[in-house]
Amino acid sequence: METKKLAIIATKGSLDWAYPPFILSSTAAALGYEVEIFFTFYGLQLLRKKLDLQVTPLGNPGMPMPLGMDKWFPVLGTALPGMQSVMTMMMKKKMADKGVAGLEELRELCQEAEVKLIACQMTVDLFDMDSADFIDGIEYAGAARFFEFAGESDICLYI
Amino acid sequence: MADFDDELDASGLNCPLPILRAKKSLTAMDAGKVLHIIATDPGSVKDFEAFSKQTGNQLLESREEGGKFHFLIKKS
Repeated sequence: METKKLAIIATKGSLDWAYPPFILSSTAAALGYEVEIFFTFYGLQLLRKKLDLQVTPLGNPGMPMPLGMDKWFPVLGTALPGMQSVMTMMMKKKMADKGVAGLEELRELCQEAEVKLIACQMTVDLFDMDSADFIDGIEYAGAARFFEFAGESDICLYI
Repeated sequence: MADFDDELDASGLNCPLPILRAKKSLTAMDAGKVLHIIATDPGSVKDFEAFSKQTGNQLLESREEGGKFHFLIKKS
């Protein structure tokens, strides 16, 4: 049987949206897929050595909040200073309580399973990012490099 | 319960960790050996079925006992 391929573009840099690329990639690798993730724009935050990702209820009416706040709390209130750090803290605690893997752990499992992590060189330049801040073992390349693999892939996701 | 060679307790772990840990354990085992997995994630029932179908490692047994899920997987 020919090895199946999964190609993902990761574009988001928040705590909640960091999960899908790493969960899907590590699982696919465990199922025998060859996997590559292309990190572009805010997705590059997921490659930092020290992950400091946040989650925000701002502009996200689908986010469940404690004490049923998502039902009665005024939308403008979600923009209050400190809301983001409080929600991030609560989300992290909830994840730990429910046995959801930490992002660093999932990312390591991806690397152990030889999932290729590719950083968008253009974004690195655009935001004056320093490659010293990123984890080791990643590749820096452009859109053509993504298509080289994605064009042959069985599943291609934009997250 | 049937015999097994290795055991993995994935209790308290959520998706996709039980699958990832199981894959790791199986990798270290010889073909034909059986891994016993214990999990509490209800999603793991369908997940281990799918895992076994896609990897060719045979799911010998899947059952619930005392609120925990038990799986026997034979490495192909």
